[in-house]
Amino acid sequence: MTGIGGTPIPHAPGFVANDTPRIVTARFDYEDSYTLERYEATGGYQGLRKALQQTPEEVHSEVRDATLLGRGGAGFPAGVKWGFCPPGVWPRYLVVNGDESEPGTYKDRLLMELDPHQLIEGCLIACYAVGLSQCFLYVRGEMAVAQERVAKALNDAYSAGYIGKNILDTEFSVDIILHWGAGAYVVGEETALIESLEGNRGMPRLKPPYFPAAVGLYGQPTIVNNVETLSNLPWILEHGAEAFTAIGTESSPGTRMVAVSGHVQRPGVYEIVNGTTTFRDLLYSEEMCGGIRNENQLKAFVPGGGSAPWFTPAQLDLPFEGSQIGPEGSMLGSGAIIVMDETTDIPAAALTLTKFYAHESCGKCVPCREGGPWLEQILRRIVDGLGTPRDLDLLFEVGETICPGDFPHAAVPSRGIEAVPFPYRMTTICFVGPSAFAPIHSALTLFREEFEEKVAGNKNRTMIEVAVDV
Amino acid sequence: MSDTPPSEVTVTINGDEFEARPGEMLIAAADRAGVHIPRFCYHERMSSVGMCRMCLVDIDTGRGPMLQPSCMVPVAEGMVVDTQSEETKRAQEGILEFLLVNHPLDCPVCDKGGECPLQDQTMAYGPGESRFVEEKRHYEKPIPISDLVDLDRERCILCDRCTRFADEIAGDPLIQFTERGSSTQVLTFPDEPFSSYFSGNTVQICPVGALTAAPYRFKARPWDLEQVESTCTTCSVGCRVAVESSRNQLVRYLGVDVESVNHGWLCDKGRFDYEAVNSGDRLVTPLVRDDHDQHQLLGTDWGSALARAAEAIEQAGPQRVGIIGGSRLTNEDAYAWAKLARSVIGTDNVDAQLGDGLPADVVLGLPTATIAETCEADTVLIVGPDLKEELPILHLRLRVAATKGQTKVIEIGPIVTGAETYAQRSISCRSGEAAKTLVALLESDDPLGDQLRDGSVVAVLGRASMAESATPALEVASVIRDRLPHATFLLALRRGNVRGALDMGLAPGILPGRTTIDDPSESLINRWQNLPEKAGLDTTAMLQAAATGELDTLILLGADPLRDFPDRNLAMDAFRQVKTVIAIDNFVTESVSHADVVMPSTAYGEQEGTTTNIEGRVSRLAQKITPPGSTRDDWMIAAELAWRLGGDLGVGSREEIWGEIEQVAPSHAGVTIERICGPEAHEGILIQGSSVNPKLVTPQEPPVVDGYGLRLVSGRKLWDAGTGVSHSPSLRHLAEEPTLKVHPGDLQRLGVPSGTAVRVISTRTTETLLAVADDTILRGTAVLPFNQPGGGANRFIDATALVNDIRIETL
Repeated sequence: MTGIGGTPIPHAPGFVANDTPRIVTARFDYEDSYTLERYEATGGYQGLRKALQQTPEEVHSEVRDATLLGRGGAGFPAGVKWGFCPPGVWPRYLVVNGDESEPGTYKDRLLMELDPHQLIEGCLIACYAVGLSQCFLYVRGEMAVAQERVAKALNDAYSAGYIGKNILDTEFSVDIILHWGAGAYVVGEETALIESLEGNRGMPRLKPPYFPAAVGLYGQPTIVNNVETLSNLPWILEHGAEAFTAIGTESSPGTRMVAVSGHVQRPGVYEIVNGTTTFRDLLYSEEMCGGIRNENQLKAFVPGGGSAPWFTPAQLDLPFEGSQIGPEGSMLGSGAIIVMDETTDIPAAALTLTKFYAHESCGKCVPCREGGPWLEQILRRIVDGLGTPRDLDLLFEVGETICPGDFPHAAVPSRGIEAVPFPYRMTTICFVGPSAFAPIHSALTLFREEFEEKVAGNKNRTMIEVAVDV
Repeated sequence: MSDTPPSEVTVTINGDEFEARPGEMLIAAADRAGVHIPRFCYHERMSSVGMCRMCLVDIDTGRGPMLQPSCMVPVAEGMVVDTQSEETKRAQEGILEFLLVNHPLDCPVCDKGGECPLQDQTMAYGPGESRFVEEKRHYEKPIPISDLVDLDRERCILCDRCTRFADEIAGDPLIQFTERGSSTQVLTFPDEPFSSYFSGNTVQICPVGALTAAPYRFKARPWDLEQVESTCTTCSVGCRVAVESSRNQLVRYLGVDVESVNHGWLCDKGRFDYEAVNSGDRLVTPLVRDDHDQHQLLGTDWGSALARAAEAIEQAGPQRVGIIGGSRLTNEDAYAWAKLARSVIGTDNVDAQLGDGLPADVVLGLPTATIAETCEADTVLIVGPDLKEELPILHLRLRVAATKGQTKVIEIGPIVTGAETYAQRSISCRSGEAAKTLVALLESDDPLGDQLRDGSVVAVLGRASMAESATPALEVASVIRDRLPHATFLLALRRGNVRGALDMGLAPGILPGRTTIDDPSESLINRWQNLPEKAGLDTTAMLQAAATGELDTLILLGADPLRDFPDRNLAMDAFRQVKTVIAIDNFVTESVSHADVVMPSTAYGEQEGTTTNIEGRVSRLAQKITPPGSTRDDWMIAAELAWRLGGDLGVGSREEIWGEIEQVAPSHAGVTIERICGPEAHEGILIQGSSVNPKLVTPQEPPVVDGYGLRLVSGRKLWDAGTGVSHSPSLRHLAEEPTLKVHPGDLQRLGVPSGTAVRVISTRTTETLLAVADDTILRGTAVLPFNQPGGGANRFIDATALVNDIRIETL
């Protein structure tokens, strides 16, 4: 396989196998896992064949029974989401959200690079179950290898009769269209993704309507599903919902992919059992991350992508179970764990994340457009040693305009700080604005002394001094 | 409108229950309930975008109060709203602080300062001080985005109002957001200015000083402005407008939102042509032809000018006087002149139109639709001029209605018009063949035929080309009356108060109140005493009579036949032959320069009165500034002349004139001066009903274009050589020199490359013009704008011909 310009593409790195059941990463060990030949040789397209022998309603209820939670961030059950399509309205579309860009997250990229046919089969099953006439596969602009492999897989699948007219000689026909993003984080938000797909600026749509399932792409009912969510479907159809729910817990069945980055011995993407695996299992077990690098102490970790409030070692024994993480003040989000050890400069780490979200604001809502860059400027001042004690409160005050009321955070038992449960309130349309505040809020709440150290010795500005500064 | 009242939704706003309309946004309901919710991006005439977040209020729909944008949340039964809660206040303070983070505090030199929503709402809802100490965003300022609009990106708060207006309302999406996040900017596309006929509206709706109008920039401060509400008379749509002055100079017009007419929008010509009123070129003193040097007009006093005019009228005798023009006048002025002509001079040779409209009996006699009815009709059939060029706000209303799906527009005509972008179907036909085309459509099995027969239809009817006579339009009216009897009409006449002038009797055979000379009202006979026996001549007939020596005195009432009459040669012949030309005008136009007596009249903004728009809606004109020099109102000139001719108009003020109109004009009975000055004046008073019968003509076969000829089509452009544009320094350069546009195939056939000068030959003249290839032009057709600087199309036109053909030769 060669890439653009003939340069050889190395086997996409990042996946680390372990001994948990493998649903979506089953083929990752093969050198040629992304080819149609390998896919067919390892049971590929069997789920689709099974689905086509049932009625769409039966397929839909199978998925509903599996309680397949969305893997994109919100964790909404896919089977329930499908049911939001208003009956009798056609055409309706499937949009695959492959615009994975949450800091720390790189699991969907591996799924698209290493097993594109599994995703395609999942799309076909979803289209069959919900009666979707067309599927749009939106792949993030920067993911060149994923784009090439998905494109190749689509062509092969078309030639083999898996996509197109009368799939596998049935009455079922569907087209899958590949679309490349243009590089905007906010397009991971489903309505912004739809806008981008329509050729408009990638800006979130206003709610209501709350779900694109009612009014989505081109004003039609649209299901937007994440890559990993859809990649689960072939397995569920082949093995049944019962086999799926036998893994994990009742409310979070199956496995899920997590991407670990930062100060662990072995960062990478892991497929773990949903609901039961704890953060300690993931970060410290020998078969997974193998502990913190250099035998350092863990300082903090982000449990669900860059926009999630942070956890400390006190939360290590929590399992990957949304209903337990929320009350503890964070979210599982996109399954990205960013690990910070004792050497981490916490204010600087927060600045890295805030800078990203401030930069990625689409510019639509004032709180995000103006508040994000302002927060970044204040934090940069503090990191550079130019902040004042007053600036620490200012960060909270500015954040308050983006997220009014109590912002969720983890408990700090040593200091008697209790957890504030998820979610937050916001004055913006989407969560990009709050995401710029989330790292600052966590860092400042959990590690205030590190900020105080940075501003120690600096005097507060008075109003007169401010005037002179300007 | 359905008879059943719409059901209501009860919402509680700040403790008070309010019956809201189902489906309306909370912010609109709150407005009607008298509760102001601050906002920047929300605009009641455009879709909501929820960008600024300024209208966040506490909304409780049963799940506890939550901050939600009131421009995005439709009212719901039982909704409880608190616009003054602590949370709301904190959000408002926060949003304003954010908006000011990058907004330059250059209010003292900003045009908007003093009337700025950002300034005002910061005072009312803001935090009082900012905690922002960093460097603000910087851009080059200002940058021109069109000839009339400057953009200061530092001041912009990205509310999406201007960009939404350009896209949703004007249909000229030439300004867009570029970049992202805090670097987002409004910009034009490279090398494509925001050259929209409606660009000035973006300045008016800009909630900060980011968009400023070049003609107004740095001219005044808002607190120095005085304002009156009036009606625009630039064209005959009759947009309501706020006229503003400073130091007795008109400095700005703003659109006033009235439901029936303009929804708050104005075209750029109507918005900026106040510069002409302020112009130093204005006529401010009477002039008379120098006895010693026939090429000179000398300043004189009113007494001498009036005496000379009266003498010329008297010497000619009633049958040899003609009065041309009057569409510029107010209703009261037009009435005074109609009365002067008939009861004092004794002539019926009066015509407010310049051979460029439709016969008065047709205008007054066809059943009229309102603009609102037009925008709600199942189908609008446009057979007439390019509305975008001639009646821009009617075009805008139709465009919005059609794009929202409220109506469907079908147009039949010889050129691509502004309606093409929103029309359900644009049917091309050769000039003069619209009636034939409509018949063919109705007789075909095209589904449009059934659509026209089965649904409500409003025909927007007018002259598609000045190079064809009124007959083709009358043929279309005849076909519609015949085959679509349920259709009503909105007549696309352009001149400011043409409808009012006809209503007041400034047309041969027509008397005030939409009656004819054969059937005058009792009260009119009592008041006027004398009436001519039979109908007089229209403008074409008057000019013909003058050219053959049958008229001695021509009176031009704000008329410039040399530029505006379709047949320049005929007008020129008439001027050469006639003994005396008396002109009453604001400027020395080309025709006025041929006059023997010139009397300066007051202009727009300098006179009170009423005007009537194309629907027949009477609305008030307000005086804002003192007229310059010794200019006089047109009715006063009529009264003075009457007195010098031994008569008496019997009126001493505009109020008295309106009182008489109300008594003698049957259609205007009951429209008292109290009503005109009352609250109804805001929307205007629609006057319906007429006792005039339209005389239509049955379609005839137009002459075939010979193999060497091209059928000439000539329409007006918004930016033309008219006085309003040519005396406004900001607008003058927008009027393009005329070029002859021909289909590239026709040019190729003649062996002429595009952009070369060619000899253009018509029955009237042979002249040199630039020929330009344009593939939107029908084959066999040549398009030449009617009145552009550098020469009008009327040089080539024979007004007596049904259609005009030209030939092109290489030089």
